Amino acid sequence: MSFTPDIRVFCCHYTSQQAIAEGKDGLTADGFPVNASIDRLVCSGKLQVSTILKAFEDGADGVCVVGCPVNECHNLMGSQRAAHRVVAVRKALSELGVEGERIEMSHLPRGFHPEFVEAVSRMDERTRSMGPSPFKGGAAK
Amino acid sequence: MIVAERKPVAEIVEMVSGAKRVLVLGCRGCVTVCSAGGEREVEILASLLRLGASQQGRTLETIEATLVRQCDREFVEGIDQWAGQYDAIVSMACGVGVNFIANLRPRDIVYPGVNTTFFGGSADQGVWTEQCAGCGNCVVHLTGGLCPVARCAKSLLNGPCGGSVGGRCEIHKEVLCIWQAIHDRLDRIGRKDDINRIAPIRDWSTAGHGGPRKQVRDDLTV
Repeated sequence: MSFTPDIRVFCCHYTSQQAIAEGKDGLTADGFPVNASIDRLVCSGKLQVSTILKAFEDGADGVCVVGCPVNECHNLMGSQRAAHRVVAVRKALSELGVEGERIEMSHLPRGFHPEFVEAVSRMDERTRSMGPSPFKGGAAK
Repeated sequence: MIVAERKPVAEIVEMVSGAKRVLVLGCRGCVTVCSAGGEREVEILASLLRLGASQQGRTLETIEATLVRQCDREFVEGIDQWAGQYDAIVSMACGVGVNFIANLRPRDIVYPGVNTTFFGGSADQGVWTEQCAGCGNCVVHLTGGLCPVARCAKSLLNGPCGGSVGGRCEIHKEVLCIWQAIHDRLDRIGRKDDINRIAPIRDWSTAGHGGPRKQVRDDLTV
């Protein structure tokens, strides 16, 4: 069954520079999935577990978190903290019997890099193969 | 502090499967400090419960709240403010909190959101280790402040078992042999003679082996 996944991207100020500079049309021209939306954070370390879970509650089928390279975070430990929180969400999803692969952390350098588009495209493809989020079946509020 | 950890989410989802409205109730005491049941963990668990319910095609309404403590009557009575708004409570306090809610609110259904694990301290960020067994008959004045009841795998009171290697416990290689540590510490602080004092056969009734324990302070009772 074909479906268009809802992909949420949380990325820090630095790794989102490409998105800001190119704008939505520019990103689309680069191959960035049109079904992915970007939330910019001052630092990926600011991202809370509850914010990621809320994305799934709000209908996300897959979530990408993008932060600085592990040992080159602008805020020293921010992207490492984000990575730990992604692991926590994966664990929680698996406890509910949901694929942990619906969320992924990427550590990318600041600036213009095709890896940013690739990371989101990879999640888009993966989510299409997994199908809609199992959380979409009900009416939680 | 009392250390705890969240129960597996699916287990809690199953507990509340008969409820449509759940009060997820945290505690600002020990479980906040050990990041198991404070405000942040309440928010996370409430979200996970809603997600778990939606997987089952159910609607789950959650109230998220945190009490100053759940081990004191006056704070537990604060639950009155949500009266009629929930079908069940998931307490994220330690087991004391769950019991207090059950004791004081006979009509409320209450479930534990965490497993209460031990009395411990924060050894490192995100790491907690057991330090005290709450046995009711403290002997650490003879052991350099280090507790052999909680920290020896065999709770030995008269020296090491002989199985430790390199100062490590033979049962848990990553754990100190606490008797080696006691010996080294007593030597270091000039109290080595303490180790020669033989502990008598222990009365474990103070450790809960005589049933639930109770403490009364006449100077505080009214």
